[in-house]
Amino acid sequence: MSSADLTSERDLPPKRETASKGDLAPEPDGPRDTGMDDASLHRWLTRAWRTPPGIIGALSSVDHKVIARRYLITAFIFLCLGGLNAVAMRVQLSGPQRGLIGPDLYNQLFTMHGVTMMFLFAVPIVQATGIYLVPLMVGTRNIAFPRLNAFGYWIYVSGGAFAWISFLLNMAPDVGWFAYVPLSGPEFSPGKRADVWAQMITYTEVSSLAVAVATIVTVFKQRAPGMSLDKIPLYVWALLVTSFVVVFAMPAVMITSTFLILDRLVGTHIFNPAEGGDALLFQHLFWFFGHPEVYIIFLPATGMVSSIIPAFARRPTFGHLGLVLSLISVGFLSFGLWVHHMFATGLPKLGASFFTASSMLIAIPNGVQIFCWLATLWDGRPVIRTPLLFVFGFFFIFVIGGLTGVMLASVPLDLQVHDTYFVVAHFHYVLIGGSVFPLLGAAYFWFPKITGRMMSERLGRWHFGLAFIGFNAAFFPMHLVGLWGMPRRVYTYSAELGWGNINLFISAGAMLFFLSFVLFTFNLIHGALKGAPAGDNPWDAGTLEWATSSPPPSYNFTRIPIVTNVEPLWAERETLPVATGLRVDVRELLISTVAEAHPDIREKSATPSIWPLLAAIAVGATFLYSIFTPWAIVWGAVPIALTLVGWFWPKGDPEDEE
Amino acid sequence: MNQRPVTDLSALPTFGRGPRSPTWWGTLGFMALEGTGFALAAGAYLYLAMSWPNWRLSAPEPNHWPGTVVTLLLVASLVPNHILNRYAEHCAIVPVRIGMIVMSLFGLAPLVVRWFEFPALHIYWDTNAYGSLLWVLLGLHTTHLITDVGDTIVLTVLMFTRHGYSGRRFGDVGDNVFYWDFVVLTWIPIYLLIYWVPRLG
Repeated sequence: MSSADLTSERDLPPKRETASKGDLAPEPDGPRDTGMDDASLHRWLTRAWRTPPGIIGALSSVDHKVIARRYLITAFIFLCLGGLNAVAMRVQLSGPQRGLIGPDLYNQLFTMHGVTMMFLFAVPIVQATGIYLVPLMVGTRNIAFPRLNAFGYWIYVSGGAFAWISFLLNMAPDVGWFAYVPLSGPEFSPGKRADVWAQMITYTEVSSLAVAVATIVTVFKQRAPGMSLDKIPLYVWALLVTSFVVVFAMPAVMITSTFLILDRLVGTHIFNPAEGGDALLFQHLFWFFGHPEVYIIFLPATGMVSSIIPAFARRPTFGHLGLVLSLISVGFLSFGLWVHHMFATGLPKLGASFFTASSMLIAIPNGVQIFCWLATLWDGRPVIRTPLLFVFGFFFIFVIGGLTGVMLASVPLDLQVHDTYFVVAHFHYVLIGGSVFPLLGAAYFWFPKITGRMMSERLGRWHFGLAFIGFNAAFFPMHLVGLWGMPRRVYTYSAELGWGNINLFISAGAMLFFLSFVLFTFNLIHGALKGAPAGDNPWDAGTLEWATSSPPPSYNFTRIPIVTNVEPLWAERETLPVATGLRVDVRELLISTVAEAHPDIREKSATPSIWPLLAAIAVGATFLYSIFTPWAIVWGAVPIALTLVGWFWPKGDPEDEE
Repeated sequence: MNQRPVTDLSALPTFGRGPRSPTWWGTLGFMALEGTGFALAAGAYLYLAMSWPNWRLSAPEPNHWPGTVVTLLLVASLVPNHILNRYAEHCAIVPVRIGMIVMSLFGLAPLVVRWFEFPALHIYWDTNAYGSLLWVLLGLHTTHLITDVGDTIVLTVLMFTRHGYSGRRFGDVGDNVFYWDFVVLTWIPIYLLIYWVPRLG
């Protein structure tokens, strides 16, 4: 298709003054969407926004939906791998003195399980969901900094591959997912396993920081006209707060892992008490990230719940403002809790009391959220479908996890059950209940938008039933066996302790839970291939992602929607008010003001580019090489600099020049 | 869904500066996360300094002069940096080109002095934890310095090509000015922490 086919007299704008305007920079011009019919508009926008064909084209894609799909699939694969780790551990623990797995492999298994679930599954998948949905929900055509977003994905994949290839080479970290010194230090962990932990952290954090910045700027500057702060959907608020938490929390773990690798590689003494360092400093730095991490995983899930509930309760969320304020206060409070992971280290009493109080305090905004959701359901006319079932599961499981959390916030109880299966039960209730159940609900809810097809409702109900029973059967008894004294991270136990039967029961529950994911995978594949066509808005929901087709076109919206309500599609049932006047021959999108979302600038969005992939390869190779020699940073700087220059150097596209 | 045009955007400008532009917010985001990194590294230093009553762990006092010269150069560079910003706002290509050359030189000068600053610490990174954190703090700032000087030089070259005279490029110059301010401002607390805070007690 040449541009001559596309251009008709009427598509072109009136002749404008494009010559020099004093000392102002030039403003080139092109055809606009004003008055254009839908068919020509579609042709023009497709040509401007499509991902180029071919393998190089696919690798160059900067479309937020394409990148998000890859992220989602990759994170799901890591979920399966981390789940298989868990299955292996449960088989080994199903009876006393089983000889299936030895202590060395078991150490690698539980470390890889934790690392995979936290860094390669939970954080990436909530961010990936945001990459897909946030631009659609705020009514824009692509995420801010689309090339940075693509770069983030490639770095994430290489970090995950690095960790798992190390596992296949019997080189996986074996020091627990938080890799405390001195165990992970140079003295007690010779070899490369702890270095793999440290550098894998660096990869994945670079990637989530990049996504967080892109998300913040998308929400601040690319909202559709009229979407003032009070009309931002709760899901978008949740992702915004999460991204801020990422920005201030993730640097802490990068500092931790960098200090660790410096101690191990070049002989610094930051964590070495014999030379003026301090081992507890590691724990402070790690948990300054580690506690907010829980909320990085949990807050987006609350956003998903806040999207699912109004759609099925058939009314807007009760207490919208209260929910927003809860999200923000949870974001702040999440930074004031880290020491409760360290109660067993002999901290001063006053400090411990402070962190007990703050740990109990965070239950208040979380409670406010739960009550707002219940009120929404109470006042609505709930339609019980699979996504809502998973929300019910979330309520039940997360509230139990929250209750054991309040118990653990008190120092005496924490000391008693520290490092036992009670803690394992608690955080699986919080993380699986608080994040995985909402994610599964979200999968059923947004699957039709992403694929254009519905998942099976009948299989969905079976899936929910299996997952709910399997989860509780696997994890509830862990509270008991923990109170009886079974420590976490042991590869076996002796028969005289009497923990055999309950562990067999736990393993059976874990198998059931695993089977529920097999059923889920089948439902995903079956739905994608043979599901019933979904249409634009199968749930009759109210936010903007449902205003476009399923799956959305590369340019998301033919014209930028205008927002008049927090549920815009419920307020404008007949016709959607839209804005016109954007160029259609280049990637142009609308930049609006931060608070009121007044239209401000027509800005160009970056075109596809292979350079983010090349830059990610250069960065990834440098990280990998750096576990062997510190000179990697010096030599690696050259290809990194070259690829970054290639990335930013203008190629003469109209998008580069304005 | 059927559409009903109600607003026309065609009169909007195609680029904006400062907080109007997404790039400015992106730069601010990276400053926030890098600033957190600086703060945590400084916090680690203070944590150890307070844990050990004989802090500096019997190491000799560093020679502050190379660090002081770096500080003076960085502070002085703020003046041409902001003059450059003014020209970039007016999209004045020739003064911007000159300003970019000046700022490249003002970026290279502290890097040269920095080369002498590491030995002036009078301790190695592997001597003790005090030495480790001094090198970490100085290294962290040097990384930022190198990155931004590299960025400034590439942008300077770009301003002399046919791609230079465009609104987007003038916006890039403005963001470069903004980021250089960050590199200068983060240095001040690190300078005080390395050279002057240990002398207080």
